[in-house]
Amino acid sequence: MNTSSSTLAGRKAPAAETRPAAQPAYRFKPLNIGRFVVWSLFALALAAAPHLFTSSLALTMLSQIGYLIIICLSYNILLGQGGMLSFGHAVYTGMGSFIAIHAMNKVGGLQIPLVLIPVIGGLGGMFFAILLGYVTTRKSGTTFAMITLGIGELVASMALMFPEFFGGEGGITSDRVYGQPFLGMTFGPAIEVYYLIAVYCFVCTALMFAFTGTPLGRMLNAVRDNPERVEFVGYNTQRVRYFSFIIAGFFAGIGGGLAAINFEIITAADSVSVMRSGSYLLFTFLGGATFFFGPIIGAVLLVFASILLSELSKAWLLYLGLVFLFMVMYAPGGVASLIMMNLRLAKFGKLKRLLPGYALLTVCALVGVAGFAAIVEMIYHLQLNAALGDHLRFMGLSLDTRSTDSWLGAIALLVVGGGLFEMLRRRFVRQWSQIQEEIELLIKRGEAQA
Amino acid sequence: MTQTTYALELKDLQKRFGKTEIIRGVNLAVEAGERVAIIGPNGAGKSTLFNLISGRFAPSSGEVLLHGQRIDGKKPFEINRLGLSRSFQITNIFPKLSVFENLRCGVLWSMGYKYTFLRFLSGLHDANARAEQLMQMINLEKKRDVLAINLTYAEQRALEIGITIAGGASVILLDEPTAGMSNSETARFIALIKQVTEGRTLLTVEHDMGVVFGLADKIAVVVYGEVIAFDTPDKVRANPRVQEAYLGSAVADQQAGAH
Repeated sequence: MNTSSSTLAGRKAPAAETRPAAQPAYRFKPLNIGRFVVWSLFALALAAAPHLFTSSLALTMLSQIGYLIIICLSYNILLGQGGMLSFGHAVYTGMGSFIAIHAMNKVGGLQIPLVLIPVIGGLGGMFFAILLGYVTTRKSGTTFAMITLGIGELVASMALMFPEFFGGEGGITSDRVYGQPFLGMTFGPAIEVYYLIAVYCFVCTALMFAFTGTPLGRMLNAVRDNPERVEFVGYNTQRVRYFSFIIAGFFAGIGGGLAAINFEIITAADSVSVMRSGSYLLFTFLGGATFFFGPIIGAVLLVFASILLSELSKAWLLYLGLVFLFMVMYAPGGVASLIMMNLRLAKFGKLKRLLPGYALLTVCALVGVAGFAAIVEMIYHLQLNAALGDHLRFMGLSLDTRSTDSWLGAIALLVVGGGLFEMLRRRFVRQWSQIQEEIELLIKRGEAQA
Repeated sequence: MTQTTYALELKDLQKRFGKTEIIRGVNLAVEAGERVAIIGPNGAGKSTLFNLISGRFAPSSGEVLLHGQRIDGKKPFEINRLGLSRSFQITNIFPKLSVFENLRCGVLWSMGYKYTFLRFLSGLHDANARAEQLMQMINLEKKRDVLAINLTYAEQRALEIGITIAGGASVILLDEPTAGMSNSETARFIALIKQVTEGRTLLTVEHDMGVVFGLADKIAVVVYGEVIAFDTPDKVRANPRVQEAYLGSAVADQQAGAH
């Protein structure tokens, strides 16, 4: 150890001479302007959102987005940062919800102020992560995924065995208005609950971002990349996974606790179900698991899909499945990676060249999707709503499921839109790779000059 | 320190996979600071020997002692913490982390940061300075923020060595560090290895005989899971058993090629 460090020191001296002005980039910068601006904007968005969108539906959606951001980010500690494909994340959010709602109902005789209830939920989620994570994190990869699935089913079925805790089919209800008002807020009105959620959302997001810059957070990335090598630099990969899993469980529980406050009712059939776990996985992936902010987009999409898309169409799960399919195939980095790729183009001033291509692609895609959606909606109408007559409203048009015109029109839209899209896509891909080559060249030239 | 304490000692080490005996009773004693090259024909068990020492596999019987302490049967991370580090024949790095992050991951445990999540990496000045030094030692400071997956092959091999020496282990095992490199790259690389492993105990598997005789204080010849010779380069060269083994294998290679 001694000999090695002296060798290192011996080498350091001449190297330091050759680059006297070199600023190591790891130095802590107290005034990181870009980061400061981004976090300020995030806080501002959270604070201003209910004033921009004032309807009660909007407020409902914003509240759900707020705690789902925490949940999806906590899930991404596992998926994106640790390479752990968990099929049971709802166990930790759901158990957090139940612990929180029992705490609200003063089980145990102790009244905890409502503003601290999410922390109780977090501790609940953490407790179950300590308990169950010890088993799941012993393995990685496919085995890990299978065990989480098994534990998810296990907990979901336990819900029926312990109706005192889970409340059976009716669930557990509570009333969030109790005790002394906090800073004049009773948390009766939905807007006050929203601001409670927003504060937790900001703090938890900041904490989870901070986690990515700690030794454990970095070793978690290393375990994701190459677990074998991690063992040969002194780290126990099981411990790295386990500790990270516990941290993810804590934040998942906070999200669950906020959900309990928001709804004042928690049912096991919904909250700890494997379906719920699946939707966290799906939307974290759609948002983008490879970037820290991806799951934030995922949480927004989750709320829009489950509240708005489900209103628009009975076939919403079908559309969602297709979107997921296309994303996995063509943009495995999710929406976040699409944004970052285009920002990179913009940085090198190449985005403008692609804008016409994007516009044409969008038009063709819309035409094709409209045709496809018309077909799906007519089929659904025939199967489910035939009693309501032959006609259905679709994007301001009246479609007749008995007339060949409607079917032919829809098919024509799909074929024309889809065909043109595919032709344009091929041209676009060529243009895209050409631009990437140009950028590579620019970077190389820049390196050569430096 | 008594004379009997070696940096690394293998006592009658054996490894069987099913009925197949891969390592058949290896005895080896390496003194602190020695550079040992392990040579032998393909399939002789050189890599298996490294896997047994570093804890990747547990031996079937026998002992491995690191500075007099038994390490056989311990897990890789436990052995690493006791001061033994290894590299791999097939490049084994963290592909989606930058060069700097790769090296810092190699440094963190040895500097006592363990699993902490209450401190920022950017504030760990000693670990960061060490990673910067390592980066300069392996001549990758210009590639600081490049993802490891985007490095050239030779650069990845250098990074592999960098991660291996990062933790300051006193005993270093390098498994074919120059595999797949051109002659000029190999020459530069051997100079680099000499430099960065100065003052440490080094065991290396190597095929290039020029490299072996230039680098090693001692050579261990492994044939069919046994060490048939362990001595200074000159004496090994003159050893009739070694000549026989190498000549024999050369004849066997020719015959295999003729078929």
